[in-house]
Amino acid sequence: MKLPSLREVGTEARLLLIGIPVFLWTMIPIYHMFLFAISPKEDAFSGKLWPDHPTLHNFEIVFKQQHYFLRDFYVQFWNSTVIAASVGVLTLFIATAAAFSISRLKVPGGRMVLNLALFTYFIPAAFLAVPMYRTMGNYGLLNNHWSLILAMVTIASPYAIWVLKQASDKLPVELDEAAVMDGATTLQIFRLVYLPLMMPSLVAIGTYAVLLAWNEYLYAFLLLSNDREITLPVALGNFLAADDSPWELLMTTGFIYALPPAAVYYAFRRYMVGGLTAGAVKS
Amino acid sequence: MAITLSGAQAIPGPPLSSRLTPAQVWGIVLLAPYLLVFLAFVVYPVCYGLWLARAPSNYVALYNDPIFARAAINTLIFLVIGINIKMLIALFLSGFFAQQRTWIKWLSVIFILPWAVPSIPTILSVRFMLNPEWGMINHYIFSLTGEDGPNWLNDPTVALTMAIAVHIWKSLPFWTLILITGRLAISHDLFEAAEVDGASWWQKFRYITWPSMQTLYVTCTLLSMIWTLGDFNSVYLLTGGGPADLTHVLATLGIRYLRLDQLSLAMASIVCAMPFVLPLVYFMMKRLSR
Repeated sequence: MKLPSLREVGTEARLLLIGIPVFLWTMIPIYHMFLFAISPKEDAFSGKLWPDHPTLHNFEIVFKQQHYFLRDFYVQFWNSTVIAASVGVLTLFIATAAAFSISRLKVPGGRMVLNLALFTYFIPAAFLAVPMYRTMGNYGLLNNHWSLILAMVTIASPYAIWVLKQASDKLPVELDEAAVMDGATTLQIFRLVYLPLMMPSLVAIGTYAVLLAWNEYLYAFLLLSNDREITLPVALGNFLAADDSPWELLMTTGFIYALPPAAVYYAFRRYMVGGLTAGAVKS
Repeated sequence: MAITLSGAQAIPGPPLSSRLTPAQVWGIVLLAPYLLVFLAFVVYPVCYGLWLARAPSNYVALYNDPIFARAAINTLIFLVIGINIKMLIALFLSGFFAQQRTWIKWLSVIFILPWAVPSIPTILSVRFMLNPEWGMINHYIFSLTGEDGPNWLNDPTVALTMAIAVHIWKSLPFWTLILITGRLAISHDLFEAAEVDGASWWQKFRYITWPSMQTLYVTCTLLSMIWTLGDFNSVYLLTGGGPADLTHVLATLGIRYLRLDQLSLAMASIVCAMPFVLPLVYFMMKRLSR
């Protein structure tokens, strides 16, 4: 084996000098959360890097709902799941239909709808939240899961349509023509030609919409307030209402809440990186 | 568009069907769900909000509210200083992550975590780390120097800096990832030729990397600025706008007015941001809808 030259060692050392701070910067807040989750209260508040008596007791309290703040943990977990899944399904349905219509059927006015969608995409979500809150009140949907589902679909669709439109523009137009020659109806082309070819982008967009809804805090806390209707992030925010918040339980619940999106992200990373970054910024 | 839509459904007479092919009818039907969502949850709320914010007295009230002025300044600091620092770091790190090393591949997998996990638990985790009495940071400052650490979130300047740091922590991976794809798209031959000519690290960046990436970089910076205007979590979950409402940004201020039941003020504060937002949005749309 060849010994590395002095220059190679120097390059490697310089890379490490960047890599180590990047690693620490990334991991410290996450590790801190994990540390609280496995620490008894006394250890957590003593600032140790590893608890004297690591324990899973906090998880037990959360899973048995043995604290005032956690009494609706399962209901709230379920609410988050149902809302995220509904947003994923509805966004996929609406966006795929719209992208097919604009890109493949060349519907009159499609270009304009796409621009309007893009415009919505660029309006900061917190700005739309204020009028959206009032609108949901007018529709009588406040405190109803539908308000959050519809709000998140509104926010997720523009980007979804845009990415799917980009992806379907790349499919050769000859495919549609060949299918029409064979006597396929529009719906058959959609179902049998278009959807299968678009699968990678659909996975990416579905994941994007599900994660967006699962992670959403602002809209959830504006639109839902009843303890048994709220989602997990709102419940986490409510922990702060007390002066003596049980931070070790807050971090434990937060850790449990953060696991599914991280798992989904890594499971679909292949699709996410290809499908989303390609559309996210086109120079 | 709306006229075509209602026309297609209401009067299916001969003149219309001769103009619209079956594929186009399907096109309108398939576009309808999104149009409905758009009308009900974007057009109506925006118009209603603008109508609520129509009275000039709202703007006088905003002008006289010192919290609004402070929030506007904070937002500017957040955007102009925070975002540029973030994008410069992202540009730098994109070069680091483009290196072909196994351990750097693994590091890039870990590096994406802040973006992949929800912001609430991690921001609250940082919030506790900064707790002056119990937090880990002051604990170590005390054990190293024997002095009490600063009361981080009680000083508006420090608190806002921390909110910017949290924002950078959360969104740096995303922008780095985008810039990495931009960097990897540059032809490798250029660098090899430069290597042969004995170009320095800086010359390679100045004459090869930067010219091919500057459009992407500027686009990313502007896009990040627009989105950061809507970053509610970094400020709200870390400082709650405090101390004494001195660290609000426009995103949290609007929600603050909303919670105080001053909806017209909330809308007015958003309308005030529009002269800055709309040109940026227009520019981005021009760029992306080509």
